[in-house]
Amino acid sequence: MNAQNVDALSAYFLAEVSETKETHTLSVIVDNEPGVLARVIGLFSARGYNIDSLSVSETEHEKHISRITIVTTGTPQIIEQIRHQLDRLVPVHRVRDLTVAAHKLNQDKPLERELALIKVAGQGDKRLEALRLSEAFKAVVIDATVDHFVFEITGRTSKIEQFIEIMRPLGLVEVSRTGVAALNRGAEGL
Amino acid sequence: MEREMTGAEMVLRAFQDQGVKHVFGYPGGAVLPIYDELIQQDVIEHILVRHEQGAGHAAEGYARSTGKPGVCLVTSGPGATNMVTALTDAMLDSIPLVCITGQVPTNLIGSDAFQECDTVGITRTCTKHNWLVKKIEDLPRILHEAFYVATSGRPGPVVVDIPKDVQFATGIYEGPAPNATQHKSYRPQLKGDMNAIRATVELIASAKRPVFYTGGGVINAGPAASQLLRELAEMTGVPVTSTLMGLGAYPASGPLWLGMLGMHGTYEANMAMHDCDVMICIGARFDDRITGRLDAFSPNSKKVHIDIDPSSINKIVRVDIPIVGDVGYVLEDIVRIWRASNMKQNPELKAWHEQVNKWRARNCLAYKPNDDVIMPQYALQRLAAAIKGKDYYISTEVGQHQMWAAQFLGFEEPNRWLTSGGFGTMGYGLPAAIGAQVAHPDALCINIAGDASILMNIQEMSTAVQHGLSPKTFILNNSYMGMVRQWQQLLHGNRLSHSYTDSLPDFVKLAEAYGGTGIRVTKPDELDDAIEEMINAKGPVLFDCCVAQMANCFPMIPSGKAHNQMLLPDEATDEVVANAIGNEGKALV
Repeated sequence: MNAQNVDALSAYFLAEVSETKETHTLSVIVDNEPGVLARVIGLFSARGYNIDSLSVSETEHEKHISRITIVTTGTPQIIEQIRHQLDRLVPVHRVRDLTVAAHKLNQDKPLERELALIKVAGQGDKRLEALRLSEAFKAVVIDATVDHFVFEITGRTSKIEQFIEIMRPLGLVEVSRTGVAALNRGAEGL
Repeated sequence: MEREMTGAEMVLRAFQDQGVKHVFGYPGGAVLPIYDELIQQDVIEHILVRHEQGAGHAAEGYARSTGKPGVCLVTSGPGATNMVTALTDAMLDSIPLVCITGQVPTNLIGSDAFQECDTVGITRTCTKHNWLVKKIEDLPRILHEAFYVATSGRPGPVVVDIPKDVQFATGIYEGPAPNATQHKSYRPQLKGDMNAIRATVELIASAKRPVFYTGGGVINAGPAASQLLRELAEMTGVPVTSTLMGLGAYPASGPLWLGMLGMHGTYEANMAMHDCDVMICIGARFDDRITGRLDAFSPNSKKVHIDIDPSSINKIVRVDIPIVGDVGYVLEDIVRIWRASNMKQNPELKAWHEQVNKWRARNCLAYKPNDDVIMPQYALQRLAAAIKGKDYYISTEVGQHQMWAAQFLGFEEPNRWLTSGGFGTMGYGLPAAIGAQVAHPDALCINIAGDASILMNIQEMSTAVQHGLSPKTFILNNSYMGMVRQWQQLLHGNRLSHSYTDSLPDFVKLAEAYGGTGIRVTKPDELDDAIEEMINAKGPVLFDCCVAQMANCFPMIPSGKAHNQMLLPDEATDEVVANAIGNEGKALV
């Protein structure tokens, strides 16, 4: 019998195993000490896991605690492995699979937002079209000359991807993205 | 208020507070302040090795044979990088090591200073954790934390990298926290989930063909865990097999002992694993040397996995009942619940025991005796007979001799068997035997070696002589890297590319050159007397046992094959060996 441990706390018996790849978002609460990000990234490269997106910042200054948000893709077994491998790093306080937590709340996904700065250069109709579309996407102009705009856009990764694709033929110059920040819905904290 | 002391003093003070008695090390520019403290005290004995890797393996042998952390002290740059192999070895086999490395002064870090390297960067993936201490205020806390992390949960190596200016700086020393388990982020789970444990007890009681598959975790959980395993096996009647790392937890003379399992394990152990209906994995990790072909691994069993490291569970083989916890705690609960609920052995076990005996009767470790040439298996059998009943510790290098030692030397107690399992480090055995000898000065410490492996850390003979230690190295000398050659025969059409060692040294003269004793034996009938001479010799011995050159190690599960497709010694003709592994298996390690 091959089955999968669904919940580490209730020890057993066990859902059918899926081999299809899924994308999950993990929150990792760590001590903000030198090398901690290298440990996390090194773990992913050493064990051949994927990182689709990664963002990190100190979130509790008094305790020197940082929150790393990682979006990763793999089979459920691999994602379970990633969670445990992260959890056994010494400076890691907690790891939560926000996607699994969202599923338990009967939600498709956790709340996920990304911010991007997007530089578009051009003149004439293309320039007007870029501005008109930016309004439709609720992007904000944060810098402009007669030759260019820099838009600031916030939203789900898919929205930002779409906006970038639309800007490409309109004179896209460069993009800077923050990576995903994510929380679960509801009153409960991690 | 405590008086101020230097960082170097703090290192020695922390060692004392952590109960350290021995340190294996090698001095150099960036650790001179610590060495200056070492010579001014006499609580901690320093063992001067001849190569930093030797210090690491000696500390491993010390740790494995005592259950205490091994401690090493080396300098920056090459001192630290020479430790990397030993650290990785300890990482793979979960051996607690605390390694102090010197570092260039903080103001020179990053400037490519003399003997500078990014020690914490280099050792990040081969340690359980590491620290670069930039401020004297952090040093006492980190030193104590290092011992806690190395020894708690799944044990492993840690590195504390201390720049020279921090060693000279002064500050206030603090002792270990009264409750060390209150680490802010690292708190391994010791007690297993009770529902899972109850379910496991029921599963064992109802099993018709159960097997205990035990590993190094039982040894790491302390001697009490081995005792509990023995009690549990006896009360449940479940046969026991073990990985290379777990030998000695259940006694080789015990009635339920199946022998080691895996690639060079016994027929009965592997067949029991394949045919069992309930497998209880206790402190082992389904390594590829154990499982063989994964999709044919024990296809009809329900599996329980007890491990202190949650990441080991469901990593390779999916199990039905995972139990995260210390093997000692979990076994205690299982034994207690079994007794409390008045469980009885399943009467159907009788048929299973009969089946096991049939497999045993296959006599899978048989070899063709020879009156003229020493068979390596025979040499080990004679050695086993000579040391029986003595207080002995056995280390090994890596290769055929290691597998034969695992097969032919029975282990009755835990912590007596020191070998490089996960990482397979040639050159491990001699320093490990030295480490064990330091911890147990009156015991018989024997390193089973091959002619190739022993040369990888032969310089440690000099360490043994200097410190009055008497490790005996029993070299099964066939002039080949035997295991490499065996794989070339299996995989590469018998083209023996660079696996023959021409120009081996004269091991007898070599031993004498170091100030030890050399013994050479070429005939089977000389063995017993020579072994007796080795055992009684003062100081280190190189025992050059010239064995049949082309002997190979069987039984064997060829790469890519399942447990029930073993190659047995009497079936392993040249032709069978040449065709044993298919194309898929050839790509495996």
